[in-house]
Amino acid sequence: MSAMKVFTDPIIKNNPIAVQVLGICSTLAVTTKLEVTMVMAVSVMTVVALSNLFLSMMRKLMPSSIRLIIEMTVVATLVIIADQIIKAYMFEISKQLSVFMGLIITNCIIMGRAEAYAISNPPFRSFLDGLGNGAGYGLVLIIIATIRELIGSGKLFGLTLLPTVNSGGWYQPNGLFLLAPSAFFLIGILIWIARLTVVKAED
Amino acid sequence: MEAYLSLFIKSIFIENMALSFFLGMCTFIAVSKKVETAFGLGVAVVVVQAITVPANNLLYRFVLKEGALTWAGFPDLDLGFIGLVTYIGLIAAIVQILEMALDKYVPSLYSALGIFLPLITVNCAILGGSLFMVQRDYSFGESVVFGLGSGIGWALAIVTMAGIRDRIKYADTPRGLGGMGITFITAGIMAIAFMLFSGIKL
Repeated sequence: MSAMKVFTDPIIKNNPIAVQVLGICSTLAVTTKLEVTMVMAVSVMTVVALSNLFLSMMRKLMPSSIRLIIEMTVVATLVIIADQIIKAYMFEISKQLSVFMGLIITNCIIMGRAEAYAISNPPFRSFLDGLGNGAGYGLVLIIIATIRELIGSGKLFGLTLLPTVNSGGWYQPNGLFLLAPSAFFLIGILIWIARLTVVKAED
Repeated sequence: MEAYLSLFIKSIFIENMALSFFLGMCTFIAVSKKVETAFGLGVAVVVVQAITVPANNLLYRFVLKEGALTWAGFPDLDLGFIGLVTYIGLIAAIVQILEMALDKYVPSLYSALGIFLPLITVNCAILGGSLFMVQRDYSFGESVVFGLGSGIGWALAIVTMAGIRDRIKYADTPRGLGGMGITFITAGIMAIAFMLFSGIKL
């Protein structure tokens, strides 16, 4: 597989959320506002790319019996750095991300890619694979957040696009889209579309 | 006492880990195909959650919290930032010890729960429980109740889900929707049902 394909494959064709069904927890929880979602997507992309890079560099040094603990430590350290940066420069957003920033550690995409790719491939390719999977994850997150924020509150990035009835406009916002169940419905429909068009997987 | 009871009910139903915070979704979707396996995993989560949340509570209050190390001569030290790596480390260690202890002393339980225990370290409901405990600043007593309640809530959700999926297997779903797609939509409907509990004032 060419290096370019390693990067582009996971974005659509082998998308971590819609096709591999990994890393769903945070997908659903942080997608009520596009701005917060973007921060989350960039953080996950950085963490998964760097953890893949470092673990791939260390892959020949790690004894297999303590592999998981090493992987956990590397990922946790990267997440702590990302968390501290966001707390320092984007305090408001870090409040809204609440515990979900820390939960990147247990995001299945990161451990999944480390186990499935980084421990058996050279560093540069692993880095690209991480970047691609991060981008695929971010893409799905952004699609869901756009739908939820636009229908749920008539805004995008906090800017009013559809003036709501409460503020004198015409749009009656659908509050369900800001609540938990809508995220499940949207991701279910997204997986349905992905199965029909991109993957053609059989059940 | 009443406060503990209301926290217990709240963490099971109103703030259900799986259906209102989306925690532990990967395992929730992957291991809910059969009721027996879902029940086994549910019990394992209750046990691990009820041990790790109080353990992390002690770790947080006596080592990591700002000023917690005054007894050791560091009154200004705030180790809160390394919280993440210590919580996950403690969880991994407890799961490992639990696995070895069960294997040695209760082999029958080990053969039933053993395969689920390694999965639990990377279950976000477990780490999420500890992070919520730190964020909400629970006391030790509250953390015991919260750990137990949130574990039971998660177990309840996965067992119900497995029961529903058992029936869906025979349903004629549209092409491409079967499997994952319909499972998510079912979870959405379950989440609506659980939202009804939020009307209860405790």
